[in-house]
Amino acid sequence: MTDTAILIVGVGGQGTLLSSRVLGEVALSGGFDVKVSEVHGMAQRGGSVVTHVRFGERVYSPLVGAGQADFILAFEKLEALRWVGYLKKGGMIISNTQEIPPIPVTLGFQKYPEDIDEILSSTVSTCMVDATGIASDCGSPRAVNVVLLGVLARRLDFDRKLWLKAIRETVPQKTVEINMEAFRRGYELLQG
Amino acid sequence: MKRLLLGNEAVALGAYEAGVKVAAAYPGTPSTEITENIAKYDGIYVEWSPNEKVALEVVLGAAISGARAMACMKHVGLNVAADPLFTSSYTGINGGLVIVVADDPGMHSSQNEQDSRFYGMAAHIPVLEPANSQEAKDFTKLAFEISEKFDTPVILRMVTRVSHSRSLVEPGERLDVGQKEYVKDIGKYVMMPAMARGRRTMLVEREKKLREYSEKAGINKIEYNDTSAGIIAAGGAYNYAKEAAPGASFLKLGMVWPLPEELIKNFAQKVERLFVVEELETFIEDHIKTLGIEVFGKEYFPKIGELSYEIVAQGLQAAGVKSEILNLAFEDRVEVKASRIPPRPPALCPGCPHRGVYHVLKKLNLTVTGDIGCYTLGALPPLSSMDTCICMGASIGSAHGMEKALGKEASGKIVAVIGDSTFIHSGITGLIDVVYNKGTTTVIILDNSTTGMTGHQEHPATGFNIKGEPAYKLDLEKLCEAVGVKRVRVEDPFDLDNFEKAVREEISAKEPSVIIARRPCALLKRNRSKNPPYYVNTDTCIGCGVCLELGCPAITNRDYVSINETMCAGCGLCAAVCPTESIARGDMRD
Ligand SMILES: Cc1ncc(C[n+]2csc(CCOP(=O)(O)OP(=O)(O)O)c2C)c(N)n1
Repeated sequence: MTDTAILIVGVGGQGTLLSSRVLGEVALSGGFDVKVSEVHGMAQRGGSVVTHVRFGERVYSPLVGAGQADFILAFEKLEALRWVGYLKKGGMIISNTQEIPPIPVTLGFQKYPEDIDEILSSTVSTCMVDATGIASDCGSPRAVNVVLLGVLARRLDFDRKLWLKAIRETVPQKTVEINMEAFRRGYELLQG
Repeated sequence: MKRLLLGNEAVALGAYEAGVKVAAAYPGTPSTEITENIAKYDGIYVEWSPNEKVALEVVLGAAISGARAMACMKHVGLNVAADPLFTSSYTGINGGLVIVVADDPGMHSSQNEQDSRFYGMAAHIPVLEPANSQEAKDFTKLAFEISEKFDTPVILRMVTRVSHSRSLVEPGERLDVGQKEYVKDIGKYVMMPAMARGRRTMLVEREKKLREYSEKAGINKIEYNDTSAGIIAAGGAYNYAKEAAPGASFLKLGMVWPLPEELIKNFAQKVERLFVVEELETFIEDHIKTLGIEVFGKEYFPKIGELSYEIVAQGLQAAGVKSEILNLAFEDRVEVKASRIPPRPPALCPGCPHRGVYHVLKKLNLTVTGDIGCYTLGALPPLSSMDTCICMGASIGSAHGMEKALGKEASGKIVAVIGDSTFIHSGITGLIDVVYNKGTTTVIILDNSTTGMTGHQEHPATGFNIKGEPAYKLDLEKLCEAVGVKRVRVEDPFDLDNFEKAVREEISAKEPSVIIARRPCALLKRNRSKNPPYYVNTDTCIGCGVCLELGCPAITNRDYVSINETMCAGCGLCAAVCPTESIARGDMRD
């Protein structure tokens, strides 16, 4: 496998960091050089956050450049739209269907775009998933991150066992069962 | 076995392996996790100091006594610590001393974009700059060796993308360096004119030796490839450049001060065109120009903000570097015709106690000199209740200065707001000034019982230390009284009526006053009592938008006003401001 680049985007507080951590560990145990760039600080207060994950033979920059991403994993639809330009031609966007209006929309200064699904699916290969719904079904809406990882895992070449091990070691002890189920549901969701 | 570590975790591991005995810091993004991780190791004394100046003085004392010691801070923290920094260069050390400073190109979480490399040059202190986590660990250890070999503090310069990126690190063993003997030596450690003059001469000689060292240092290395373009880069910028021009020749600098002049000259001779790729200022570029070497830099790469692979690749392309040695993947990017994408600025969290304060300040239409912390977000719409934000502690001095300049006109119109951690960091001296010089400023201390912005660190008024052990709890009321403020009161920012009354009374007082707005941060695990979420009764809601003016991320208005149940913290502020009593607690729903 050549260099793989994945962008994980969402809203501060949605748990994007956990998924990049799991993904990083999986790539490490798969024998790759890995770089993960996280966001800490100001943006975590409800702002737009983006985490970069790259793995391959030898990775220099921790950032995924515009036109370099094989996948974008979006926790929120507007964020999917914001970052789609980072996708390489032939790349794929996996997005949660949840909409979280940012403050300028809440205040009525701007509109939440109504046509995100159409824009995305007419430009790139798109997989929309009701990850929040599935996560709630599994017992916690916070498991969105692991549902989306499940969807992604299906499209990467790592052994499923590596994923399960990395999740088990990364999520809080009390939530292991919920997260195992969340991963399974994401993994078995064949769409797009 | 290799581990996937943040750059900051790797610096902490490096400090541990280097045998560091004392570490001190004040939090600041992107440096905070270094100290948080040091606190996880046994055998190191570690503290949150009240500010960076104290932190550096603590570790300098430890180093003079013979221990290896380290201070960590963000770039602006080094301004605060600049006073001991410059003179620590004169005294030198005994046990190794490393100062880690994390710059924030792009200002992800900072009020400015300064370049700390100049501190190394100005203070005659060597500067190392790692590019990834393995180097972060290795350079930390090397910094201690250099420190002891040359009797100098050493600066380890990080940037956000190195501090906050994970990459592979091979862990090692902790060195047993012990404690060196301390020998009294006033010629070295007491800096008064006669002694300092002698040490000044030493500085120049030491820097010469350090320059010789940097010529041969293994961390400055040449990677020959196609020689039509040669690139000099360090740290995070090296990563982008390497990615942008995989086929070019490189001089990768690990030591960015003093610069290896001979090595640079040699490299320049071997390549047809020489480029410097560096973030922020023209630090390396200018120095190379003084050597009389032709070099290209900022005419192709921006001075402002972060670099990235594509920015560097575009710059090299514009400079006419042949495309065979470049990586032009960015040309393949997906073009999307999207409608206007609304931005998503950060906001005060649902349940944040600061929101109550700003609601009142906005209502009273006051001029508010602000400060740095989560509460700076109160400057943004819809709260829009802050007029200035400069540096930590500046709110109080600025309010006092405005009042002195405007005289009577300002009476009852200006307040300063400052967080609890910030007040202790550098607000207290401002308050002393107000009292001493007959000001009448009202200071609102936003006491949320934590250092919120940087991720919830303890501070002297929380009652706990960095290890989470109980500690003496600084009494803010008594402290304010002790400096001479007679009007000190504690108010709950969620009790809007009383809070408003308190502000009205204090701004009309003809003497200095302090209101401590006390309520713990909504995210603090220690104090969290989760209230049931609120809901909007759409039958009675008239859509007036008063609740939206609170800027709470949990409240939205799309077709109708609603509250997101999972986000709502149950603080009840929206219910308190609703004129039609249409918002109520979920468990009161009938
Ligand atoms: C000199 C300096 N050091 C550190 C920082 C990083 N920093 C920004 S705000 C802040 C503390 C905020 O804590 P507090 O005043 O309690 O306000 P809160 O965020 O909890 O509302 C820190 C450490 C800085 N901006 N400047």
